[in-house]
Amino acid sequence: MSAKRIDQIARWTVTAAAGLILLVLGYILGSVLINGLPVLSWHFLTSRSSNLEPGGGISMQIFNTIYIVTLSMLIAVPIGLGAGVYLAEYARPGRLTSLIRLATESLASVPSIVFGLFGMIVFANAAGLGFSRLGGAATLAILNLPLIVRVSEEAIRAVPADLRHASLALGATKEQTIFSAVLPAAVGRLATGVTLAAGRALGESAVLIATAGMSSPRYLTFDPLASGETLAVHLWAVNAENSLSDAARIANGTAAFLILAMLAVSLGIGWFARRLDRRLAGQG
Amino acid sequence: MTAEAMSPLKIVPMVPKVVSPAPEAPEMATLAGQAETDREVEPAVRVRGLTVAYGSTPGIKSIDLDLPERSVTALIGPSGCGKSTFLRALNRMNELFQGVATAGEVLVRWDGQFQNIYAPGVDLVELRKRVGMVFQRPNPFPKSIFENVVYGPRHHGVSNRALLAEAAEEALHQAALWDEVKDKLNAPAAALSGGQQQRLCIARALAVRPDVILMDEPTASLDPISTGKIEDLLGKLSKDYTIVIVTHNLQQAARVSHKTAFFLNGELIEAAPTLQMMTNPRDRRTENYVTGRFG
Ligand SMILES: Nc1ncnc2c1ncn2[C@@H]1O[C@H](COP(=O)(O)OP(=O)(O)OP(=O)(O)O)[C@@H](O)[C@H]1O
Ligand SMILES: [Mg+2]
Repeated sequence: MSAKRIDQIARWTVTAAAGLILLVLGYILGSVLINGLPVLSWHFLTSRSSNLEPGGGISMQIFNTIYIVTLSMLIAVPIGLGAGVYLAEYARPGRLTSLIRLATESLASVPSIVFGLFGMIVFANAAGLGFSRLGGAATLAILNLPLIVRVSEEAIRAVPADLRHASLALGATKEQTIFSAVLPAAVGRLATGVTLAAGRALGESAVLIATAGMSSPRYLTFDPLASGETLAVHLWAVNAENSLSDAARIANGTAAFLILAMLAVSLGIGWFARRLDRRLAGQG
Repeated sequence: MTAEAMSPLKIVPMVPKVVSPAPEAPEMATLAGQAETDREVEPAVRVRGLTVAYGSTPGIKSIDLDLPERSVTALIGPSGCGKSTFLRALNRMNELFQGVATAGEVLVRWDGQFQNIYAPGVDLVELRKRVGMVFQRPNPFPKSIFENVVYGPRHHGVSNRALLAEAAEEALHQAALWDEVKDKLNAPAAALSGGQQQRLCIARALAVRPDVILMDEPTASLDPISTGKIEDLLGKLSKDYTIVIVTHNLQQAARVSHKTAFFLNGELIEAAPTLQMMTNPRDRRTENYVTGRFG
């Protein structure tokens, strides 16, 4: 076969693979939105869910989702970023560093249901929190930590040495250099990592079923110790129990809203990061 | 940034340390290098037996050189001969690379006394306030023009807005950039042209009020007009600052410097007033290099 022919076949294969992925994605997105969008009425978004009668909405689940995802990011980002800074800027190659790396890498490949059970044992049972938003958020944070650590470390390493040297040569200390020169230059990549983590938290159910629970407080409350069923958990619960006559309708609506929310989050954070990046890089 | 703040530096006697691998060389080389500078100036920095190695790779070997105060010293030589290594040894930036070993002394004039920057207990922050650096490629921070210039003072504890603004204006004037940026101090530094960015980096270094400024090929990435501006600037700055500049451009060395040092394979071959180096060098190898007959 001629090189040209091989080239052609390779190109077809790659194109076909890409097309297949698009097709599958389009099918999933399309069917979720086609079935779910008609359900998304104002009433559906603003009324409480009900286990007893049809016609429930998802207002509490929306609130719980925002609450838990935000709280989990508030826990995970500072810790993950801190660990990333440590690994990129301070860790000397050695036993401790390899241990941290091994730990984060093995955590990254643990199935999320294991985190869910871990969270249940530690937060719900041992710490006595029961089903709580705090327990759910903490478990989600642990799930996301490896990702955030890795992304932070990579973002910091990607900052050109030039910038670091410039800061040090001006008589800035190492800590001043990290905070004033390195982290601002890493903002774009850090935001990408945070988006990934937030998206994952948004769609996660296995971690939350046994930690944040499958019910919502009776009244709107910011109590972190209250249980809090998220959208993804609700989706799972409605499908699993399937006791209501409109279970399918609720599931479709919830799924469509969840997908729109994920899109909004990634577009939103992406837009924010680009803006910030551009402002810092000076093209805007 | 007062003199009292510098106290962590120990005053050391001017005796070469035993680590110097070539104890007999210093006096000789110094005499040759110092023979007669056209401006009759005191050295601001004396380098004695300076050796730097990157692991097993030698960087520079036992260099003795005086850098005259308030004048421009050019470092020339073929690629890889150790110019950057020498330069970075003067503000201890080499230590940022792993496995670097430095021996010898760099004596910086500090309130009338020569102090060895490699003596134990030297505060690197204080050293780098005294000995500033400008890099080959403009490397402004991803911040506004104003924040770039006041980066040094801000991190050295100045927080008064008026003082910072004053320092910024003064430094930008000195770097001949003020007129071009005075209306957009809050614009991002990256929006400036490469030449402007490099002058911003010079302003940033000046705002720290150093005594010595090290420049590693500061015009290597710039167009001829920007290069011309920076060369003009060097002439003005040398009235107040001791400047060391690495350059691959012999014409540039001839235009801007008072003294020139020629490096080859990590060794200092010759150092003398620039005019003498360009027209009548003592060493055969210097002559070959400056006449372009270098292999
Ligand atoms: N960070 C480093 N790690 C290891 N070796 C280095 C490092 N920097 C320089 N060297 C080595 O030290 C020697 C001198 O290099 P240096 O960069 O000082 O030369 P130079 O004269 O500045 O060259 P150029 O004109 O190309 O900039 C070279 O052999 C180089 O390979
Ligand atoms: Mg160099």
